Amino acid sequence: MAFEPREPQKELKYDELRIYSDDELNNYTEEELKNFKVKHNIPDVEELEKGPWPSFVADAKREALHRRKLSEDRMMIERDVVEDLLGQLQVSFDDGETHWKHGGIVGVFGYGGGVIGRYSDLPKKFPSIAHFHTLRVNQPASKFYSTDYLRSICDLWEFRGSGLLNMHGSTGDIIFLGTFTEQLEPVFYELTHVLQQDLGGSGSNLRTPSCCVGRARCEWACYDTQDMCYELTHYYQDELHRPAFPYKFKFKFDGCPNCCVASIARADMSFIGTWRDNIRIDQKAVKAYIGGEIKPNGGAHTGKDWGKFDIQKEVIDLCPTQCMWMEDGKLMIDDKECTRCMHCINVMPQALRPGKDTGVTILFGAKAPILEGAQMALLTVPFMKVEHPYDNVKELIDKVWDWWMEEGKNRERLGELIQRYGVPKFLDVIGLPPMPQMVKEPRSNPYIFWKEEDVPGGWKRTIEDYRKRHAR
Amino acid sequence: MALSQERLGRYNPEKPMENRITDLGPRHFWQYFPPVIQKNYGKWLYHEILEPGVLVHVSETGDKVFTVRCGGCRFMSVEHVREICEIADKYCDGYVRFTTRNNIEFMVTSTDKLEALKKDLISRKHVSGSYKFPIGGTGAGLTNIVHTQGYLHCHTPATDASSMVKAVMDELFDYFQGMTLPAQVRISMACCLNMCGAVHCSDIALLGYHRKPPVIDHEVIDKVCEIPLVIAACPTGAISPAKTEDGQKTVKIKEERCMFCGNCYTMCMAVPLSDKEGDGVTIMAGGKVSNRMSQPKFSKVVVPWVPNNFPRYPEVCESVKKILEAYAKDANKYERIGDWAERIGWEKFFEKCDLPFTEHLIDDYRLAYDTYRTSSQFKYTDAAWEVSKAAGGID
Repeated sequence: MAFEPREPQKELKYDELRIYSDDELNNYTEEELKNFKVKHNIPDVEELEKGPWPSFVADAKREALHRRKLSEDRMMIERDVVEDLLGQLQVSFDDGETHWKHGGIVGVFGYGGGVIGRYSDLPKKFPSIAHFHTLRVNQPASKFYSTDYLRSICDLWEFRGSGLLNMHGSTGDIIFLGTFTEQLEPVFYELTHVLQQDLGGSGSNLRTPSCCVGRARCEWACYDTQDMCYELTHYYQDELHRPAFPYKFKFKFDGCPNCCVASIARADMSFIGTWRDNIRIDQKAVKAYIGGEIKPNGGAHTGKDWGKFDIQKEVIDLCPTQCMWMEDGKLMIDDKECTRCMHCINVMPQALRPGKDTGVTILFGAKAPILEGAQMALLTVPFMKVEHPYDNVKELIDKVWDWWMEEGKNRERLGELIQRYGVPKFLDVIGLPPMPQMVKEPRSNPYIFWKEEDVPGGWKRTIEDYRKRHAR
Repeated sequence: MALSQERLGRYNPEKPMENRITDLGPRHFWQYFPPVIQKNYGKWLYHEILEPGVLVHVSETGDKVFTVRCGGCRFMSVEHVREICEIADKYCDGYVRFTTRNNIEFMVTSTDKLEALKKDLISRKHVSGSYKFPIGGTGAGLTNIVHTQGYLHCHTPATDASSMVKAVMDELFDYFQGMTLPAQVRISMACCLNMCGAVHCSDIALLGYHRKPPVIDHEVIDKVCEIPLVIAACPTGAISPAKTEDGQKTVKIKEERCMFCGNCYTMCMAVPLSDKEGDGVTIMAGGKVSNRMSQPKFSKVVVPWVPNNFPRYPEVCESVKKILEAYAKDANKYERIGDWAERIGWEKFFEKCDLPFTEHLIDDYRLAYDTYRTSSQFKYTDAAWEVSKAAGGID
């Protein structure tokens, strides 16, 4: 199964695109690196070069040395940018405070997001990071790359920026960290014209959607997370680049209820793959697990001796709905009682597989604590078939956005709006009936907001009528 | 078309809209899949973790792909990315993948290549000695910490991110390289309550937190901020309008009402909160996003505050280790930290982790009632005997 991109994809060959020669790329020796000192005194920062975990300081110093040895005209911002950044980090440690100024409105023409302005509040001391703006670059779905692409963005970003980046930011983008205002448009121009690559979202707009590894390398993906992420990202480009929302809005696509991209905690609209038929059982493999021929949980527990695998104790007894049992040496599942938590499948991946009639569960309104506390997403659509081009999903999205854009207050996330208006209102807006699955339990107070049309005769009454029946 | 080497590239500032291309979106994912991934897309049957950090996925076509997972810093230089590319070119036909937790995944299709790749990866060290590509982060172990920008790029942090992650991962390195825990442990780090890292559903969450109310820059507040927006930004209504002595519009803050969320500072640069003595780290535990066995859970505050002791945060590391070691010793197989705490009871969690329970850990914000225990079912711990004593119930 191959996919057609929405637009023909230019093939990127590093050798045709490159800025730096091999000599420029290999311009220092290990010996020079060992003896290299950055221009500032940074003892606490350098302390972080020790220890086994990869040191971001040791890495940054490589870039600092590399820039020192490049010729001045081969970098469009100051060569000292990395050294100044490490210097400012040391001052931040000394002061116990950040030294980045608040905000700064910069961007590229026509977009309201994708660029974050950043300025040092110590520009005299660290002039090379006086401006240190960020660009968010929209990653390909599930973050596979070719080295041609990666090497090309490295050259671009070393030439026009600091050579420092995040692989990746929390929302999923590649983050280009640190350049001057002058270089923002040139970077964007090169990205779009040469690399056929767009920026991601920031501010009150659709943020860069992200997805799990999905069908590319996981047996549990219940729908095509990559394709859906790609299609919706492209379909909603206007919403992604031009802030028109009350606040940020995130889509995240998890292929199964294991939730590897944490959509249920982080996405205003969370898609979680699921199925509605039966878990597929290979009884021969079940026996092999029981017999100890296959390691449980894909071998995840082999670092410690947990004793012989016990299907009763480790699978059947841990099933949250107690819907499994052994019968004549066979594993039985009462699938209509199953809540698809994935535990048994996780423990015995060679014996159990999700069903074949798959789709998504859709939940709304997750967010981090700002402002009224963290929220997890509300189970709203139990099951939806999702096929390219996902018209049923788009229709639902449009209804949600219409309401949120109309009623949402400045900086009010969808989850907060749902709380403010109540779930019944939300269901009314998106045209769905209620179901008991939407709540953990029914309300324990009877304070129902009955509507006038719910009550026979309506609410229009006169006190005179009442008084005819009741003396004052 | 090569990348431009002109100062402004092909961009003409005189005509900024000329030939502008917009709304291209991300590049298509398919072209970045190695052939074995393209061929077996949607056909994977099962996977196995061969050893910590090494996975094999088996397809219904009979194909196998071996993945080596390496810890990475999310903050990295182009020099590091080029080294990743060099490895990917040498062993992986020029393909590589990053995970949502900042790990780097190299994929090969033969065991010969796998062994050579592993050997190469662990041989690569920075000149100061740290691994460049430590292998691990799979199964019932600790994987990489997802985190935020901290002092390297953010204007609102209450602590630094990259340095804390480095310090904690150095301390817990064996857990990254091993699979000795009852279940996977996900640590997340956010340098302020904005939680760009959305750490609120993690097994262990490290959260930068302010503890001093904002100071007000009366001189500029009316010029640089919308005062009604600053007032509206406060969730506890602690900010109200005021006038300076010379009659300028400003705000005043009812300090005892401040819960230090920093939302006002997000809206207005004239009310900064950061402070060396005030800022520090809150530690939360017991959250998860997976639906496995139990429902997804929020992390709960278990350590109200420890200081920002740069660059190694010994108090943070110690608290995290206490939790992790007690969990490793006591939890059942497959139990996440939150599942464990709920099974033994949170009172036992504090006892076993040797963490003090202070009044800060009892919710007194909105919906606090949801966390009250309204039952006579509890377990006796030292904390319970102390209350009994204080109440005059026992000697």
